[in-house]
Amino acid sequence: MKRQVPLIITFLIGMIMIFSFFIPPLEGLEQTCSLFFDVIAVFAFFLGGGNLMRIHINKLRRRKKDWGFSIVTLGGFIIMLAAGLLKIGNPGGIAASPTTEGALLQEIFTYVFLPLQSTMYALLAFFVASASYRAFRAKNREATILLIAAFVILLGRTPFGMMLTAWIPESFSVLQVPNMAIWIMNSPNLAGQRAIMIGIGLGVISMSLRLILGIERTYLGDESA
Amino acid sequence: MLDTAFSIPLVALSDIGRVISLLVIGGGLLWILIRSLRAKEVDRRIVFLFIFIAVAAPILFPITFQERATLIVKRVFDKVESSPAGSKVLLAFDFDPAMAPEVQPMADAFSRHCLEKGHKVIFMTLWATGQALLTQSLERVVRGEYPDKLDGVDYINLGFKAGNENVLNIIVTDFRMMFPTDVNGVPLDSTSIFDDVKSCKDLDLIIAIGGGKPGVKEWVLYIGDRVNVPMAAGVAAVVAPQLYPYYPKQLLGLLGGVKGAAEYESELVKWYPHLKERGTPGLRMMGPQTLAHMVVMAFIVIGNISYFISRRRERIQ
Amino acid sequence: MPSHPTTSRPSHPAMLLILFTFFLLPCIVLAQTEVGQTNIEGTPIVPDSEQIVAAPVTSLIAADHKYDDGEMIELSWVPSIDDQLVDGKVIGYKVYRLEDDGEPQMITELAPGSNAYNDQSVERGKLYSYFVSALSSNAETPSVRTAPIEPQREWLNYELLNVLIMALVLGGAVIYFIETARRGKKLFVRKIAGLEAVDEAIGRATEMGRPILFIPGILDMDDVQTLAALTILGRIARIIADYDTKIFMPVSRSLVMTAGRETIKASYQAAGRPDAYSDDMVTYITDEQFGYVAAVDGIMVRERPATVFLLGAFFAESLILAETGNSVGAIQIAGTARPAQLPFFIAACDFTLIGEELFAASAYLSGEPKQMGSLKGQDVGKAIAMAAILIGILTVTIGDSWDVEWIQNITTGLTEIFSTK
Repeated sequence: MKRQVPLIITFLIGMIMIFSFFIPPLEGLEQTCSLFFDVIAVFAFFLGGGNLMRIHINKLRRRKKDWGFSIVTLGGFIIMLAAGLLKIGNPGGIAASPTTEGALLQEIFTYVFLPLQSTMYALLAFFVASASYRAFRAKNREATILLIAAFVILLGRTPFGMMLTAWIPESFSVLQVPNMAIWIMNSPNLAGQRAIMIGIGLGVISMSLRLILGIERTYLGDESA
Repeated sequence: MLDTAFSIPLVALSDIGRVISLLVIGGGLLWILIRSLRAKEVDRRIVFLFIFIAVAAPILFPITFQERATLIVKRVFDKVESSPAGSKVLLAFDFDPAMAPEVQPMADAFSRHCLEKGHKVIFMTLWATGQALLTQSLERVVRGEYPDKLDGVDYINLGFKAGNENVLNIIVTDFRMMFPTDVNGVPLDSTSIFDDVKSCKDLDLIIAIGGGKPGVKEWVLYIGDRVNVPMAAGVAAVVAPQLYPYYPKQLLGLLGGVKGAAEYESELVKWYPHLKERGTPGLRMMGPQTLAHMVVMAFIVIGNISYFISRRRERIQ
Repeated sequence: MPSHPTTSRPSHPAMLLILFTFFLLPCIVLAQTEVGQTNIEGTPIVPDSEQIVAAPVTSLIAADHKYDDGEMIELSWVPSIDDQLVDGKVIGYKVYRLEDDGEPQMITELAPGSNAYNDQSVERGKLYSYFVSALSSNAETPSVRTAPIEPQREWLNYELLNVLIMALVLGGAVIYFIETARRGKKLFVRKIAGLEAVDEAIGRATEMGRPILFIPGILDMDDVQTLAALTILGRIARIIADYDTKIFMPVSRSLVMTAGRETIKASYQAAGRPDAYSDDMVTYITDEQFGYVAAVDGIMVRERPATVFLLGAFFAESLILAETGNSVGAIQIAGTARPAQLPFFIAACDFTLIGEELFAASAYLSGEPKQMGSLKGQDVGKAIAMAAILIGILTVTIGDSWDVEWIQNITTGLTEIFSTK
């Protein structure tokens, strides 16, 4: 029963969603189901948030390794929750939007959260360099082609690319580095991306059929699948 | 940023800074190259250090390069430039703070260009986080640099509307159904900018800026293809390849990342030299980007040298 | 005979003339030219001599929008002749609707040049007729009214028939090969390097005494990539339970946390080691993208996993996670169906499952005939796609280069088969 009910629900909803694409009177069902999912996900947030609190409180209580960081996590969680729920510092009072200019939530968002987010994103600059150094080695034919393409794109994205090949006449402008970079992105790269997307589309169909028909049941914790 | 206020005679401190940075980077890479000839691998922390210097130095001691607009960018510029004064241009700010460093310069450049030409600019966004960035842009560029331009007459801010592509589905036939007022609550009917604008069909140009969803693809699918209004786009560099199929039919031009912004700015200051003093963040960011790219390319070469030499040694042994 | 006073009684014709002049004529005039009111909503009424009358629209057609739930009626017309001239008289159009022969209601106003409108506020079971008025600066000229029309509900969207046929072909192929495999026929599936390395990767972690880190992407349970990741988790959790290796699974969504716990718990139970399972193996971090990445990076650096699985939907954080994993010396098996992130995984990870390989992984790892059959069904779809691309390339090249009409017709036909409206 514990496995049968989810499988039946999956089958019914899956078939309804497929049919709703072709049957006009059922077209609104897709949006309705999305809304249902959003509601369920919001309730599930209490589970996640509760789990987070429990783990860190446990760590604090038992003075486990790095318990000091748990204070930061819990502190941040409680402050943001209070600032949003109680509208602390909100010029409009408790009835106003939590993101009003001057509200504590908005201030923390602008001066703490956004810089942190930008910092993490900025790490990519360093990691791109270290990954390129490690990965772009001419070990075989394919790797060499990848290396040459990477070079052309990197050069094409800088003014040196144009400087190096500005002397090429207009009739052969396709050989200018920036134009070669655009050609690489427009032709072989796009062709490869489209092929991968076709494969992904077919993979999604196959996976979805397995899920809807109950052939694939591992995600329910059913080891017999 | 150090400027000539601290310069010594004949040579500015910033010039000294530039030279030292380039010497440090160049010298450091040369040293690593020599090490690689002995088949020694480079610690990733050294790579990080070089990237840090390559990005920080051009910011502290401005290093800028000349840019020339490629055709895909020039077409956008030419369209804005050749449109008669008073043309209705819509700018959609569909991005968040994470994407802002890449696309905000092009958004500002578009705003400046349109206002210089005397076009009537309609600002809006489909992203909740885009609203704050739109407001910042309006304060900095529109109200800050063009105080004579009137809200409701020369430009208007429609703000953010939730609904993603559903918003586009509606404004394609009726703006007022989705935006009865602007962001300040002023009815569109009482603004002169919307006198002869009922829907997107009445616009002369749409420029969608962003890189996520909803973004340029949605604008092309729901608006551009349906009403035949010229459309251009400015997106983050990683998203640009996915939009090349739409160029040049559905998109008359496309700006990709900081490079695209820099190319547009270079074209803009060529035609309007006085705009140079208002800042060209795209061109300024090309300095770090160019140096960082050169450093990455240098490391790729060094890595391959190291790889081939160690492989040869293994074969000999 | 004396004479009467000089006032005389008017004659009948004069009486009629007076009545007409003082009573009827003003009524007739007022009915037509009542100052300050309009005869059709919105248009000021002016004396006939001053009215600028635009020509009406012509060929007004009202048609039920096909293949919907009776929600829309499409109107189209030829704009007024006066609209198409330079400095034309027309300043716009008003669309009027009559519901079940009731009073005309204006439903929208359109700009000059308009020649179509979709009325989406209709209901089934009611009859609607329309007329469109061409507006000048001070008058309206209505068109001929359309015949009453009732919006119809269609039960099948025939415009998507090609999609339905394609779906049936693909679905049928998958089911056919599942049945074929169930009957015992051996199906060949090529080796996928990333999946062949799973056992070795888990063994490595066991030997080194270091944990395994499983990251199922950052999207929720409604994304098929997350489901694919969880199905793979179920397979490898069984091996992990058998080897008694530690596993950490930090997640970005609460529902994924719940599903992940169920999956791992079942695997430990199936391995006969329910006591070794702990809820702390799967922990919720945060929904926020870079907050999650920061936490996972911290876990990688502190716990130093020997094996990292990056399977699911990733965005900008893919390279950050992969590079950090590489820096701690972990063997990394990644897989995603987001083409933009694949290059990062390929550059930074030891093995990468590209797109469909992620969805095939569960079937591949199980080796079950039913699951393997579905992979063969996918190949039918790929064969159709490849054939269509090849034929398309040939027909477009030949048809456009030599202007051969029948070949161009093939191209048009192919485009129609593979497009959705």
